[in-house]
Amino acid sequence: MDRIRRLPTGVVWALGTLPLALLVWDTLAGNLGIDPVRDIEHRLGRTAVYFLLASLCITPILRMARVNLVKFRRPLGLLAASYAGLHMLSWAVLDMGLLWSQMLKDIAKRPYLTIGMGVLVILLVLAATSSNAVIRKLGPVRWRAIHRWVYLAAPMAVFHWLLAYKIWPGKPLMILLAVAVLLAFRLPLLRRRVGLRAGSD
Amino acid sequence: AVEEPNSFEQITNYNNFYEFGFGKTDPADNAGQLTTNPWAVEIGGLVDRPGSYSVADLAPENAVEERIYRLRCVEAWSMVIPWLGVPLAGVLQKAGVQPGAKFVAFETLYRPEEMPEQRRNSMDWPYREGLRLDEAMHPLTILAIGLYGKPIPNQNGAPIRLVVPWKYGFKSIKSIVKITLTDRQPVTTWQSMQPREYGFYANVNPTVDHPRWSQATERRIGAGLLGGRQETLMFNGYGDQVAQLYAGMDLARDY
Repeated sequence: MDRIRRLPTGVVWALGTLPLALLVWDTLAGNLGIDPVRDIEHRLGRTAVYFLLASLCITPILRMARVNLVKFRRPLGLLAASYAGLHMLSWAVLDMGLLWSQMLKDIAKRPYLTIGMGVLVILLVLAATSSNAVIRKLGPVRWRAIHRWVYLAAPMAVFHWLLAYKIWPGKPLMILLAVAVLLAFRLPLLRRRVGLRAGSD
Repeated sequence: AVEEPNSFEQITNYNNFYEFGFGKTDPADNAGQLTTNPWAVEIGGLVDRPGSYSVADLAPENAVEERIYRLRCVEAWSMVIPWLGVPLAGVLQKAGVQPGAKFVAFETLYRPEEMPEQRRNSMDWPYREGLRLDEAMHPLTILAIGLYGKPIPNQNGAPIRLVVPWKYGFKSIKSIVKITLTDRQPVTTWQSMQPREYGFYANVNPTVDHPRWSQATERRIGAGLLGGRQETLMFNGYGDQVAQLYAGMDLARDY
């Protein structure tokens, strides 16, 4: 485990660009199937959720397995925000064909799009306040208060995923369960149970 | 239609047929095991000659014609499909529609051994659909048995399915085993599951949105990465032929 901890964060970045590289490869090679637009859009969105989930695993791993992977949390979060941004761009350009009026109306009127945009705004704010300089400027208390918004963004992201379907599909439901478990670790009651200090996140 | 039909590969590898799974490629992946021969369609209810009909009874080879129709899915994607089939009107006339009949109810095969999603309680199986009698008798409404000059592949609703081109795709029920003439509006699967989102009529209508997405535009499958969207046409572009069926109706209420 110590060996993982000593890996440079560049490894996370390298692994993090892999899904994008694969997607570009599949697009160029024509591996995407009958409707590439949908596949590109959905894969980017799913990847964003997976990185968001990974970033939420860091604290429970620290508390329960006593393995400190905190230095990987920033790149994981930034990857989640980047994939969310690409997901939104693919929606706007490929899916909606930049039909601005319909896009704006839809975002205002359709809960799953309103929620999706809300998640993106949160993730972009967190990304923008993630540098050491900004952390110093804000101070730890305010910085932590801002970054707790991820606890809202994560379930909203999965909810956005679920709402785009006609039925309740299994996979995002399982992911929602995973998010619920990860967030439960942050509840004061459970935190005490697993020996977490109050005030840590 | 002047539009180019979608390729056989596109039509047969991207569609919904929830009995085989909820993904767009699930039907193509899982429908191979479906037995479509022998096949019987039970026609009953308010008809003079109820009974069990074979596909050849309903669509004899010499009566089959090609119809190139636009298909607009309620999910806001679309295709153009060259079907082979027969007008439903002729089939119903053969069975002898009685004067009291006002609606036609349809049912898909229920065979969990061959339809994996039916082994779960994800929906109220078997899938049911329905039309008003005048919609069913309209010359555009067909029972399709083929695609691109070949027998219809299992994933697209073999061996016989409905095609109603001015309605959202889910109305065009697949792999039909039962047709019932009735005096009452039949209960249909999507309407009974989510009445706020799916109506009995389900006419393609760009001015009445699905609660969760706009129906104003659609994405034509196969248009390419930068194909963008096109405007959805009232009654999927078949308004000249079918609008009179709905004269005086409030289509925002009867969606």
